[in-house]
Amino acid sequence: MSARPEATVSLYVSEAKIQPRAVHGWFAAWRWGIVWLTQLVFYGLPWITWNGRPALLFDLAARRFYIFGLVLYPQDFIYLAGLLILSAYGLFLFTAVAGRLWCGYACPQTVYTEIFMWVEHRFEGDRNARLKLDKSGWTFDKVWRRGGKHVAWLAIALWTGFTFVAYFTPARDLMREAAALALGPWETVWIAFYGLATYGNAGWMREQVCKYMCPYARFQSAMFDKDTLVISYDAARGEPRGSRPRGTDPRTLGKGDCVDCTLCVQVCPTGIDIRKGLQYECIGCAACIDACDQVMDKMRSPRGLIRYATQNGMANGWTRAQVWKRMLRPRVLVYSGVMLLIIAAFAASLMLRKPFRADVVRDRGALARIVHDGYVENVYRVQLMNATESRQRYRIAIEGMAGARIESSTDFSIPSTESRWVPVDVVLSHEAAAALGPGPHPLRFRISLLAADGTTRAEIHEKSTFVVPR
Amino acid sequence: MSDFFNDGWSIFVAVATLASLAACLVLLFAASRRKPMAADNSTGHVFDGDLKELNNPLPRWWMVLFILTVVFAFAYLWLYPGLGSAPGSKGWTSRAEHAADEEKARDEIARVYAAFKDQPVPAIAKNPKAAAIGERLFINNCAPCHGSDARGSKGFPDLTDQDWLHGGSPEKIEESITNGRIGNMPPMAAAVGSAADVHDVAHYVLSLSGGAHDAIAAARGKAKFVVCAACHGADGKGNQQIGAPNLSDNIWLHGWGEDAIVDIVTHGKTNVMPAQKGRLTPEQIHVLASYVWNLSQPRLKPAP
Repeated sequence: MSARPEATVSLYVSEAKIQPRAVHGWFAAWRWGIVWLTQLVFYGLPWITWNGRPALLFDLAARRFYIFGLVLYPQDFIYLAGLLILSAYGLFLFTAVAGRLWCGYACPQTVYTEIFMWVEHRFEGDRNARLKLDKSGWTFDKVWRRGGKHVAWLAIALWTGFTFVAYFTPARDLMREAAALALGPWETVWIAFYGLATYGNAGWMREQVCKYMCPYARFQSAMFDKDTLVISYDAARGEPRGSRPRGTDPRTLGKGDCVDCTLCVQVCPTGIDIRKGLQYECIGCAACIDACDQVMDKMRSPRGLIRYATQNGMANGWTRAQVWKRMLRPRVLVYSGVMLLIIAAFAASLMLRKPFRADVVRDRGALARIVHDGYVENVYRVQLMNATESRQRYRIAIEGMAGARIESSTDFSIPSTESRWVPVDVVLSHEAAAALGPGPHPLRFRISLLAADGTTRAEIHEKSTFVVPR
Repeated sequence: MSDFFNDGWSIFVAVATLASLAACLVLLFAASRRKPMAADNSTGHVFDGDLKELNNPLPRWWMVLFILTVVFAFAYLWLYPGLGSAPGSKGWTSRAEHAADEEKARDEIARVYAAFKDQPVPAIAKNPKAAAIGERLFINNCAPCHGSDARGSKGFPDLTDQDWLHGGSPEKIEESITNGRIGNMPPMAAAVGSAADVHDVAHYVLSLSGGAHDAIAAARGKAKFVVCAACHGADGKGNQQIGAPNLSDNIWLHGWGEDAIVDIVTHGKTNVMPAQKGRLTPEQIHVLASYVWNLSQPRLKPAP
C-alpha cells in the first residue's frame, strides 16, 4: 500500500488474492503425510463399528458418549477438560521448541487449504496459469475451470460437514436419511454450517483466517523465545542478493547466495517475504524452505539459505549441535514435565475408572419418619449409572452406623448404558437412635457391581447422613 | 406495553436505537478515510519516544461484515419486537412461541401415551416401559409429599400399604389424582363430651388396633364412640365413601398415641391432596395411576 504524505488513504483495503505456487520437498511431504493421517482418521472413524454401534459416537440426545470400549456419562466431562489441557500443553511445548508447527502442518485451516489448493491446481493449473485465468475474461474455458473447482470444493466441504455430523448421528443412519432426503432440521443445519464454513475458510478466506480470526496465532508468539526454531532467512549468507550464473561462487562476484528468484515469496500461502525476517503472518509451513532448497540445489550451493534456525543460533553462528543443546532449557523441560505428568494422570484415571457410577441423595420429601415399632426411617435415592454395554447387577449396602439396616431391596439390575434412580429405606431401631441423639449422623453407602457368580467386581463408597428426629 | 409509564419512553427508545444504528454506519465511513499520513505508513503518532502507530488497514470483508450486522439489525427490528414497543411485522411474542412449544411437546407426549390410553391399569402396570414412565411421573409430581419410595410420612399417606382412605381400585386412584381429595375431620370434643370423655375415647380408639391402652378407660370410651361411628363406622373400620380412615389397622397417618388422638379429636384436621388435572393430562394420570396401584400389589411388583 503506497501512502504519500498528505494523501487520503483508506483504512480498509481489499486484500490482494494470494495465488501460491505449488511446492514439493521434504517439508511439503511432511505436511501431506499429516493431511493424510488426520483426514483418514476424521473421515474414517465414523464408519468403524464397535459392539454393533459406531466406534465413536457422541449421542447428545441420550447423553452417552461412546469411544471404542468406553461409555462416558456427562459426569465424565473431566476427561474432556483433561484432553483440552493436554492439547494446550502440547501446543505450548511444540511452539516453544519449533514455533508454529501446529499452524504449518496440522491445523484444519492448513489441512483443508492444502486439499482445496490441490483441487484448484487440478482445475486451474499452477500459480502462473491461475494469475492468467484471474485476468482473463469469462471465456468458456474459465467458466468450466472455475465452476468445476467450486463444485469439487463444495462436494468436499459437504462431505466434511456430513462427516462432522456423523460423530453425533451414526454415519450409516445419516446416510440413509440423506439418501431419503429425510435429514432432521439440526442435522441439515450442521451439515450445511460445517460444510459451508469449510468451503468458505479453505476456499475463500485462507490466510485471512490466520491473520484476522485465529486467536492462537496471536498468543503463540508469547511462547517464542530466542532459542525457538523459526523459519529464518540467513541474511549474512544471502545478502547482497542478485542473479549469477549457475555453479559460480557468489563471494567472488561480491554477492550473497540469494539469487533473488522470489520463489520463496511465490510459494508463501500468506504472501509474505521471509527475507524480511520473522513476521506475524508466517504460519511456519516451511514452503519457502522447500522452494529455496531446490533453487540452491540447482545453483550447486549448499541448502539451508532459508531454514529452521533460532535467533540466537543465527546471531552467534551456532552449529546444529549447539542449537539443539539449547533445546533443553528450563521452559521446554517444564512444559515437557508438566505434560508427562498430565498424560500419566490422565492414563491412570482412565485405567482406574469404575465401570459404573453411583450417587446417593437424601429424599427431598421427608427428613426422617417413625415407622413400625418405633424404628426411625430415612429415605435415600441412589442413582445407579451403568457405564457398560450389558445388563449389570448392583448391590447397595450401608456401613458406619451400628444397628442401621436397609429395609427395602438392595439388589438392582440396570440395563446396558442406562441410569436409574432407586429408593432405599434405611431404618434404625428406637434404642440405637436414642443413643445417637437427635440430628444428622454420618452414614456411608457401599455400592458394588456384582459379577455373574455374585462376587464383587468393583465398589464405590458414597457419604451421606442419617437424620434422627427430635 | 406495561413496562413504560407512557408512549413517550417507547418512542425515545425507538429513536435512540435507530440513531445508534445509523451512527454505527456513519462512524464506519467517517473513520475509514484519513488524511495526513506520514511517508513511512505510520499515522504520525509516536508514543514513548519510539513507538509508532502503523496503518494496518482492515480487510474489506471485515467492513462488509460490519455493514451486514447493521443491515441484520434493521431487518431484525422490522420483523421482531425491539423498536420501543413496536410489535414487529411478524407479530412474534415469547408467550406465543412458548404456547406453540407446549403444543408441540403435548403432541409428542400424546404419541408416547397413545399406546397406554385404552389399556386397563393392571395391564399397563406389567409393561416395563410404562412402569418407568410412571416412576418418573411419580418422582416429579408425587414424591415431594409421598416420598420417593411412596411410603409417605406424617400427614402424607403411605401408598404402598393396603390401607386406602378413598379406595384403592384403579378407578378410585385415578379419581384421587385427577380431582384431589380433602380429608375433613371436624373438631368433635364438644360432641364427645368432657376432656375425660375425650381421653376415654382415645383409649377406645387405641384398643381398636390392639395397641397399648387403658382397658377401663377404653370400656368407658366405647359408649362415647357413637358420635365417631357416624363416619368411622361402629367397628371403627372407616368409610372410603367419605374418606374416613380405618382406625383399627394400626396405621396412624397423623401420629400414634393418646396425645395425638386427643389432639385430633379436639381440634379436627383438614388434609388436602391437590388436584392434578391441570398439571397432568388424563393419559399421564392413567399411567401414573397404574404405577401407584402397582405399589400396593406386592405380588405384581416387577423385579427391580
